[in-house]
Amino acid sequence: MVDLVHDDTGATLTLADPLPLDSGRSLDGVRIAFRTYGTLNAAKDNAILLCHALTGDQHVASPHPATGKPGWWVRMVGPGKPIDTDRFHVICSNVIGSCMGSSGPAALAPEGRPYAMRFPVITIRDMVRAQVALLDALGIDTLHAVVGGSMGGMQALSWAANFGERVKAALVIASTSRHSAQNIAFHELGRQAIMADPQWNGGDYYAETGTDPRPDPRKVGPESGLAVARMAAHITYLSEQGLTEKFGRRLQDREAKTFGFDADFQVESYLRYQGLAFTDRFDANSYLYITRAMDYFDLAEEHGGRLSDAFAGTKTRFCLVSFDTDWLYPTSESRRIAHALNAAGAPVSFVELSAPFGHDSFLLDVPALDRVVGGFL
Amino acid sequence: MTRLRPDLAVIADHVAPGSRVLDIGCGDGDLMAALRDRRGVDARGLEIDAEKVATCVSRGLSVVQGDANADLGFYGDGSFDYAILSQTLQTTRRPDLILDELLRIGRRAFVSFPNFAHWRVRASLMFGGRMPVTRLLPVTWYETPNIHHVTIDDFAALARGRGMTIERRWFLNGDRLTGAAAANLRAEYAVFLLSR
Repeated sequence: MVDLVHDDTGATLTLADPLPLDSGRSLDGVRIAFRTYGTLNAAKDNAILLCHALTGDQHVASPHPATGKPGWWVRMVGPGKPIDTDRFHVICSNVIGSCMGSSGPAALAPEGRPYAMRFPVITIRDMVRAQVALLDALGIDTLHAVVGGSMGGMQALSWAANFGERVKAALVIASTSRHSAQNIAFHELGRQAIMADPQWNGGDYYAETGTDPRPDPRKVGPESGLAVARMAAHITYLSEQGLTEKFGRRLQDREAKTFGFDADFQVESYLRYQGLAFTDRFDANSYLYITRAMDYFDLAEEHGGRLSDAFAGTKTRFCLVSFDTDWLYPTSESRRIAHALNAAGAPVSFVELSAPFGHDSFLLDVPALDRVVGGFL
Repeated sequence: MTRLRPDLAVIADHVAPGSRVLDIGCGDGDLMAALRDRRGVDARGLEIDAEKVATCVSRGLSVVQGDANADLGFYGDGSFDYAILSQTLQTTRRPDLILDELLRIGRRAFVSFPNFAHWRVRASLMFGGRMPVTRLLPVTWYETPNIHHVTIDDFAALARGRGMTIERRWFLNGDRLTGAAAANLRAEYAVFLLSR
């Protein structure tokens, strides 16, 4: 029996069986919120799983239910677009640990109170296990492709390494096979900003009466800490060139410096806005859990220390894309994966595209990316 | 289907069906696509130009962006039946080392290159006193990517000197095959099939 509930922003599956986790713990009553686009064919072989990034969600090509903004990959996914919903049945599920309807720290534990920090620490592979359970429930045995950028790319790699027989192709954009010391350092900065906020309160800041697992609209919790975390992270998503072109040293709505600590510069004002807007749609504890999962990610470590062993005997086709201005997950990381896949004899393509937007290039207008994505699929 | 460049056509006709091929400097993937479609070959490519890699990927080919001078070391010994290097040898930093790499990675190697001893090149130097600009060497000396010009006799000597076997060779003028007699003078370019 499949416990599947549809509403106007997608559907939610509740797993009957506990989900085993890398930590050795397991999670009961896991909820997986997801959306689909396009039609599943009779042979059930035209499904593409899209994996979202750290603060992404399942609303790929539909307005965000909290902010009303267009879906995060609406330029890539739709009828006649590179991920063509006239051809493919596109599925995107909110990762576990997140806060857009899937089980995470803001969700209610069996005894009726939010998990908060009692939620188990999860890994990228645990997120993938939840997606596997979703596909099982949907009766989809094999994916035409798994596609993801950034943390979504980590999931795509984890899919290919752990469930390769169910994935015909993996498209990994602006991603990495492991988090570097620098990556971990930036995440730790964000986590400490959240935990240093007195409102964080050991993670126990949820309103007592909430039953909706999405962020509480009354804005409780470590908003300032989460905003700072987002500001720091946002810098890593952009290139220096991009920031300079967009803001330079221009002042914000004023003729001269104020000799104070207001947002004199446009770049300050922009970052403050980004930080604040983020708190409207994201749960601080989810930010802690998902950044932790990314930091723990090291695909080679999971497979005895050799990355090529993660893909031994794989039949999956791979395509890796990096961007020349991405210093968060630079080209060298994608190239490392490409070489490991070559060593494993896998059919692999790799290309570094030129785009001025840094890590965020995968979400923005890069026509060459459209060509690669459409062509590969 | 578009017609293959003549040296690529020669290679395409002589790759064993169903084999595994690495095309180094594969460009837009014309040869790889032909090998895949006509001979059921499992073809992989290496190409330095991102736009060309993107074109290959959009044709459904498996191509890695990389530099033949730096990235061949990542391919395992004997991991391909053939390594192919077409019209690229003369642009590499160390052609001798590249040749070794080809026959480490592939059990056999196809190499094609423009012949710098063709009579037109010789005439240009002898009578014009200038570096030749010909149909196959169309770029002036200061802009050309061809940093190691080579003749047919030079290439044969290098291959033999490194203990390689020249299994076959083809000489071409335009899109026509030409005989082996005085090939070093008469052929515009050549294709060699090498093994150890």
